[in-house]
Parts: sequence; structure tokens; C-alpha cells
Amino acid sequence: MAASPAIPSGTATPRREAIYRHPLVIRVAHWLNAASLLILLMSGLQIFNAHPALYWGAKSTFDTPALAITSDTDAKGNARGIVTIGGRTFDTTGVLGLSKDQGQMTDRAFPSWSTIPSGQDLATARRWHFLFAWALVINGAIYLLYGLVSGQLRRRVIPDGDQIRDFGGSVREHLTLHFPKGEEAKRYNVLQKLTYLAVIAGLLPVMVLAGLAMSPGMDAAWPWLVDVFGGRQSARTIHFIVANLLVLFVIVHVVLVLVSGFWNNMRGMVTGWFAIEKDGATPR
Amino acid sequence: MSNLDRRRFLTTVAALGGTAMLAGCDRFAGSAYGPRTLKAGEDANLFVQRLLLSNASLAKEFPDSEISAVFKPNGTIDPPDKAYKALAASNFSTFKLEVGGLVERPQSFGLADLRALPSRTQTTRHDCVEGWSCIGKWSGVPLAEVLNRAGLKPQARYVVFHCADTLEYAGGGLEGGKDGAFLQPEYPSAVRHVQVAAAGNDADAWGGAPAEEPEETRTPIRYYESIDLTDAFHPQTILAYDLNGKPLPVSNGAPLRLRLERQLGYKQAKYVMRIEVVESLARIGDGQGGYWEDRGYEWYAGI
Repeated sequence: MAASPAIPSGTATPRREAIYRHPLVIRVAHWLNAASLLILLMSGLQIFNAHPALYWGAKSTFDTPALAITSDTDAKGNARGIVTIGGRTFDTTGVLGLSKDQGQMTDRAFPSWSTIPSGQDLATARRWHFLFAWALVINGAIYLLYGLVSGQLRRRVIPDGDQIRDFGGSVREHLTLHFPKGEEAKRYNVLQKLTYLAVIAGLLPVMVLAGLAMSPGMDAAWPWLVDVFGGRQSARTIHFIVANLLVLFVIVHVVLVLVSGFWNNMRGMVTGWFAIEKDGATPR
Repeated sequence: MSNLDRRRFLTTVAALGGTAMLAGCDRFAGSAYGPRTLKAGEDANLFVQRLLLSNASLAKEFPDSEISAVFKPNGTIDPPDKAYKALAASNFSTFKLEVGGLVERPQSFGLADLRALPSRTQTTRHDCVEGWSCIGKWSGVPLAEVLNRAGLKPQARYVVFHCADTLEYAGGGLEGGKDGAFLQPEYPSAVRHVQVAAAGNDADAWGGAPAEEPEETRTPIRYYESIDLTDAFHPQTILAYDLNGKPLPVSNGAPLRLRLERQLGYKQAKYVMRIEVVESLARIGDGQGGYWEDRGYEWYAGI
């Protein structure tokens, strides 16, 4: 990490400059984080399926859920998958509430292709979820410690003064999918930095704390925690909402990785080396 | 590669990767070392929560205004067992809680005996492993009062609660076949379906389960739970006989249920008939410490 490996031959051409963008700790942490989040999401959907309804407050108000994913039978006698949000219902047959599992239409909130385990199994899902919650937290702690000590975190997520002043310019770049080249490409842009900051300092900590607030043991140890979220059922609902926001982040992240030079981005996060185009087209 | 080819290639890779990952996860969980690896999370949870919790750390107690209008009954809500039905018919006047195992003085308490002991009332939140919560006001005798009267032997490590309700059958004509999977509840809400099915798939025949000695070839598997001494002597650990100021209804575990406020609902055994103090859980049930634990759930349910 301290010493950058030699520049691989072939990546640097006169028009391109290879920079060592991602130190080993950050690369390893990135991929462990990605794997953990995926397993946490999919086991979390299986856990949600055991009681596919969300509420606000300390206790469940079974008749008036904030959100529910159920199945029902319509006037013609056909089974339907139904999502209820704040009293309004949506037909989601085939995906939510009613979907195919091993060729059979099955009552389940999230479909089998989206859950770990794929079949109905709350006990095993909880084991996956807690093991990888520990992986996420330990990996995240190493990342934060390394990032703070090395100065990487500040460089990566705190916008520079000129970037804040040209906030509109960065918005324009994203809308036109036309990203900076040369020197400017060596640092993350302002929207990128603020998004990473929101995920690292906002969504992920809230996610972990809301998860802990659902634990009756933690609620006895740290009674303030569940109160911060407005009760255990609120904590569960917030855990679900933040999970959705994290999925949204990952989708945007992956799309931007694809449109801004997939192989270059992948090489960067696998080997550390990232090519900067001095001018002209985006590197592929 | 053109853009379109690239897109198709990446989509295919992602779909294949996703399917392989899902299958891999399922296979890993089903392998010999999978469950042991996955259990590491539970071990860490127990270790850390025990560091953070002292005997004085209490679960939050709520004002009575927060009590749920209906305290959702779950798991067994009407034990099918004939012996239990006879007890319920007598309004539990013939009920005796037996306390035995590694104790100096085995005990037997009727409901009136238990009500005569010191009592504790607590309005607490009940968290089901499925995700929902209800708030109820429980009155009962602290488990410590009962255990101290019996006196623990030095080897005592766990307190086991043996319950009246049959959840499924081992062996017998109902195992396997098309309905086999249906007869193993995956989580508490599924229990009633299994019990009704075991009674002959006929809700009207509900109540056909065996008495103490099976009348049929089927061996009943009854609910049981276990806790360690740290939890057993916690001040909020009570054997509750009242819910919201009234005798516990059958659906919520009459005549006696355990309240263990710092853990999930399935630890809080209903229809408790006998308390056994043991050194090891290995020889009880399938050896994992409880009905749900034998089916993959965590023994430590503090999260």
C-alpha cells in the first residue's frame, strides 16, 4: 500500500496516463463491502417475508400497516400479489406478493430469486444476515480507520472549495454524461464525493443502528437507541427504507461505472491502476 | 465489442453470476460446515451482548396506555393435547408446575401456590422473530423465587421449560410424502397449519392429538425452551400467570408462560408444565436447546 507497484506496461500510451488510484486496503474493503451488502440485502428480503408488513411506532398496528406485501383473490377468483402503501393498493402479481417458486405460484412477499435462502427459511436467513452484518461492520471499521489515518477518506468524500463553487457544472456533466478529462479526472467530482459521504457517514451507519435497535438485547443495553428511531417498529421501517436507498445508490453507482468506462473502472478497483485520458474520448 | 454486445454480455454475466451465487449460498447453508460457519454470528452476538448487559439492564417498561389492543397470539394458540384440554376444562385447578432436575429440593406448585409467592408486574414489548411487536402487561412470579425454593445443585447451568403443546409428530403416518414439508413449520405463524394438518387436515377434528401416552404410533414433539442462569436470575424473568390484569388466556399460554424480556418471542415458552435444571442441553430434544433451535433458529435470541 505504501509503495505503489510499478506501472504495468501497455496501460500508458502517450495520450493516456496511468494513476495508482485505489490502495489495496480500499480495493479489498470495496469488494468485501459489495459482497456483504448483497448477502445482507437478499437475506434481509427473506427475513422481511416472514412478516411482510411495516409499521410506525413501538408496536405493530396490524390493521393499519404503513406498507404490506400480501396476496389476495380478485373477483374472478384469480390469485393476485398486492402491495399496500398507506392505504393504496397496487397489483404486483408475478414479482411482489405472488411469484413463481420452483415453477409454482407461491404466496411470498419478495420472489425466490431475490432472497437468501431462495426457499422459505427465516432461520437460515437470520444466520446469513447476522454473520454478514458483522463482516460489514468490521470491514467498515477497517476502511474508516485506514481512510482517516491515510487521508484517503478526506480526499475521497470532502469536496474541495472550487468544486462546491462549480456545483452546477458537475450537475451538467452528469446530465450530459460528459465527465472531465486530464487533471480534473484525478479527483472525484463534487456529486460523487457528496454521494459517497452520504452513504459512508449517513446511510450505512443509520442502517446498522436501525438494525441494532430491533434487538431486544440491545434495547436493554442502550435504551436511547430505539428511542432515537421512534420505537422498534419505526426502526424496522427505517431499516427497510434505507435498504431501498442503498439499492438505489448501487444502481446509480453501477450505471455510472458502466457509462464512464467499465473496464478502466474495473481495472482501477481490482489492480489499483486507473487510466486518465489527457484529452479526447473517454478511455475504454 | 460494440456497445450492444457489451451490454448483452454484461447482463448475461450478471444473471449467471446471480443464479450461481444464490445456488451457492443455498448449498453452503446445507453443507456439513455451513451451519457451523453461519453460527459464528450468533456466538458474536451473545458474546458482545453479554459484555454490554448487566443483571441491572432492564428491558424498557411502558406505560399502560401503550398496551396493544390485541396481544397477537402466535405459535400454538390452542394446544391439541388431550391432557392439556382436561387441565383447561378444570380451569387449571389441577395444574401443578413441577420443578426438578439438578435441584436440592424438587418442588411442585399449584397456581394458587405461585400466586402466593412474591410477584412482579411489567408492561413490556414482545418482539416476534418474524418482525412484529406487541405490548402487554405481565404479572407473575420471578423465576428466581421458584429456583431459590428448589435450590440449584453446583453443576446446574441451564433451566429447561417443558411445555404442554404438541407441534408435530416424529415418525408415524404423516411424515414424508406430499404433505411432509407442510408438516414442518418454518416459523411460528405456520405452527397452527401444521397442528391442524396433524389432527387430520380437518380443523373440526382439532383436538385429536394424544394425551401423555401416545394412543397412536406417532410420537408427539412438544414445545420446549431453555435459558442459562444469567437470564434465569434476571429480575424481569418471570413465570407469568396474568396478561393485562386478567388470567392468561389459552391463546397466550395459559396457565403459565415464561417472560424473558431481553430476547425474542420464541424463547418465551407458553403452556409451561415442568421446569428441569440441567448441566447440558445435549440430551433434550435434538440437543440445540429448544423446539425452534432444533430447527435452525438461534439459541441466543437477543437480536
